[in-house]
Amino acid sequence: MSEADALRLAAVTKSYGRTLAADALDLVVPEGEVVAVIGPSGCGKSTLLRLVAGLERPDAGSIEIAGEVVADARGWRHPEQRRVGLVFQDHALFPHLDVRRNVGFGLRTLSRPERRARVETMLHRVHLADLAARRPHELSGGEQQRVALARALAPDPAVVLLDEPFSSLDEHLRQRVRSEIMATVRDAGTTAVVVTHDQTEALSVADRVVVMRAGRIEQVGTPQEVFERPASRFVASFMGDADYLPATVEGDRVSCEIGVVPVRPSLTAGTSYDVVLRPHDVTVEADPAGAAEVVHVEYHGAFVLHAVRLASGARVRSWQAHSVRHPVGTRVSVGLVSGPGPVLLPVEETVVR
Amino acid sequence: MSPAPATRGAVRRVLGEGRWAWSALVVLVGALISAPVVAVVVDGVLGAGDTQLPRNVGDMVFTSLWLLLGVGCGTFVLGAGLAWLVSAFDFPCRRLLSWALVLPLAMPAYILGFVFLSTFDVAGPVQSLLRDWFGADVWVPDVRSLGGAVIVMSLTLYPYVYLLARAAMVEQSATTYEAARTLGATRGRAFLRVLLPLARPSLAAGLALVMMETLTDFATVQYFNVHTVSVGVYLVWKGSFDLHSATQIAALVLVFAVALLVGERLLRGGARFTQRGHRGVGPQRERLRGFKAALASAAGLGVLGVAFVFPVLQLVVWALGASTDPLDPRLGDYLANSVTLALVVAAVCVTVATLIGHAQRLGGGRLVRSAAQLTTFGYAVPGAVVGIGVLLVMDWLDRGLVAAGVEGGTGLLVTGSVLGILIAQVVRFVAPAHQAIDASFTKMPPSITGSALSLGASPRRVLTRVHLPQVRSGILVATVLVVIDVVKELPLVLLLRPFGFTTVSVWVYQLASENFWEKAALPALLIVMLALVPVVVLVRGRDPRRRVEP
Repeated sequence: MSEADALRLAAVTKSYGRTLAADALDLVVPEGEVVAVIGPSGCGKSTLLRLVAGLERPDAGSIEIAGEVVADARGWRHPEQRRVGLVFQDHALFPHLDVRRNVGFGLRTLSRPERRARVETMLHRVHLADLAARRPHELSGGEQQRVALARALAPDPAVVLLDEPFSSLDEHLRQRVRSEIMATVRDAGTTAVVVTHDQTEALSVADRVVVMRAGRIEQVGTPQEVFERPASRFVASFMGDADYLPATVEGDRVSCEIGVVPVRPSLTAGTSYDVVLRPHDVTVEADPAGAAEVVHVEYHGAFVLHAVRLASGARVRSWQAHSVRHPVGTRVSVGLVSGPGPVLLPVEETVVR
Repeated sequence: MSPAPATRGAVRRVLGEGRWAWSALVVLVGALISAPVVAVVVDGVLGAGDTQLPRNVGDMVFTSLWLLLGVGCGTFVLGAGLAWLVSAFDFPCRRLLSWALVLPLAMPAYILGFVFLSTFDVAGPVQSLLRDWFGADVWVPDVRSLGGAVIVMSLTLYPYVYLLARAAMVEQSATTYEAARTLGATRGRAFLRVLLPLARPSLAAGLALVMMETLTDFATVQYFNVHTVSVGVYLVWKGSFDLHSATQIAALVLVFAVALLVGERLLRGGARFTQRGHRGVGPQRERLRGFKAALASAAGLGVLGVAFVFPVLQLVVWALGASTDPLDPRLGDYLANSVTLALVVAAVCVTVATLIGHAQRLGGGRLVRSAAQLTTFGYAVPGAVVGIGVLLVMDWLDRGLVAAGVEGGTGLLVTGSVLGILIAQVVRFVAPAHQAIDASFTKMPPSITGSALSLGASPRRVLTRVHLPQVRSGILVATVLVVIDVVKELPLVLLLRPFGFTTVSVWVYQLASENFWEKAALPALLIVMLALVPVVVLVRGRDPRRRVEP
């Protein structure tokens, strides 16, 4: 294997009773990369994290951290023997220790002066040097989060794992803390795995996004890839709003009810395809002669979401600038935004919502 | 999925994540603590038919049944009735009563019992007065009877039912009760048809506790010449030192205990406590006026007076009356015995409970969980069973040692020393310690343990630097609870004490049995005051077993 891989999972499997929480997971994370693992609750994303941390033992498969095997069929290393940093949703600071002692907890192998220096460095890095003598309960949620990160990064782990790190924070606080925390992780150059259920978060913080579902990895790719080129209906729906219209293929031309699709995908003959339509791909124009009708309007501030019923009865949604508002019942004509267009996906037996 | 990982997963769920030493420790402790009970079962089954049960064993069984039934009914009426009174009505002294009615919990039955006897028995003031008024041959019911025992035990044990019933009524049913009332039900009907059924799981739990305590007792009932199966164990062992006959009866006691637990499950009918996060306010209380209000106050104050206030006053009067005499020098010795015993037992129980909590946090798997459950078993098993079980285990150990060539085995290590009492008390009181410490562990999020481990701390360092500082309050509560339980405890000490070893509780019992009321008063007061500590903490709204971290 490459020396530069911080984390390597091969066919890692874990079940709880009948539930398969990790089904032969394969994942390689190069050093310094930030990976977001995303999926609905119960998809196994937290299990993946706990397996890497050593809080759970895999039933099968192997895990390597920085080139060292920490779990395979022959052996298993306890969490204290792995070079892993952990940041939990509830921060998990030690309530009986002050900030300085919390950050210094994992530095037992260092000499006292070394430890003190390292703690100071870490506190400066998260801008908390002034609060070193405080107890956790005297800190705000965002400050606690930063202490938790400083504590996890202090022993210089090969990989730092963040389990829904921002979901316990208030909405308005979340974005700021998120950018601060992720900037610190980037500065430290540490490999990071962030578990989240928030697609905006996954798309904005990560170099690569891992989309999980029912213990399996559905797609791994850059944020752009998983959003713009979803590999499945599940990924398409989970990573953003999506509507589907049947595609008609005539020679080289692919079209759907609202227009010609400007893509030339390699299509398999004999397979039916759907066009994946994001609301920002769809245009809506008031048109008394239009075959479609506005059925629902939602004002979102910057944008207005229009739901439109087409002549066929299918529904699509469209984002319009906040100044545009077609009342319910307006006849409209619907089209596709020009530019790099929507993707095609094979029609699946099961409908994913 | 291939079958191999599945099997491996199943094995691991049982054995845990491989902290072998910690898991093994818990399993060992679980085995040791459950050994006495297992011994009674094994010996009881193997020896069935070999040994002659005492001829009056049938009577004992019926006496036990009647006592359990009587105390069950008594505590149900007092506990549920008073709980309804203070939660559905408003009347003078209601606020005082709502907490003060818990106080009798601090009055051990063997103390209330002798105060009761001194007052109502032939030589007591009540019967003297009656004789003065109605002549010497006035008929009075026999006080030293099953009825007397039922009254005394009901008065000391009703707070269990009262506490749980009141909590259930306040927490669960404010809106349901109101709904029933708006649908036209009278208060009485709403109580019978809505409050009571909703409180059923709590009432079942309370009654089960009461009956367990009743079954365990073999001291108080002897004041009243009531011979239950537990008394049978005591008398057979102390009378003949025939371990196997005693075991046979102890096994019988165990059957009663199991039947009680099964009964509780059936009475619950699958219902679980609904623990809501918020504190309910309970049904809107109806204001009582005039005669009804006076009646309600009188009922509450009457029970409180009879069960707690008058007995305490009587003890104080006696103690003051005896205060002119020089203080009995033995009191100091016996007190020292009680306290030493209590501290040692508490230290062992707290250590065991802490280690179990820690091992469970390290991911012990199902085996450790089961072993932890086993350690709390002793609390639900009557004292007579635990006592005889300890003797049996030591007897086996003795024979094992002799067979292995050790002359004299363990000698008189158990029957001749305090060790037996110590072990038996540990078996019995690990449960409250475990409960208190486990509550502290439960409040600590698992992510704390995970964080500490992944920061490179060894399990031992996690214990000393992370877990111990955070469960400190639980450890403190556990220590206090166990110390008080041990000082109060009477039956186990009576059964197992070596010749010449006396604790305060035994002394009170002996003095009371010989009608030295005044001499018994001071040590009895000491015990009551000590027992008040957890009750007061409980009353102040801070149940010591679920205290909130500051």
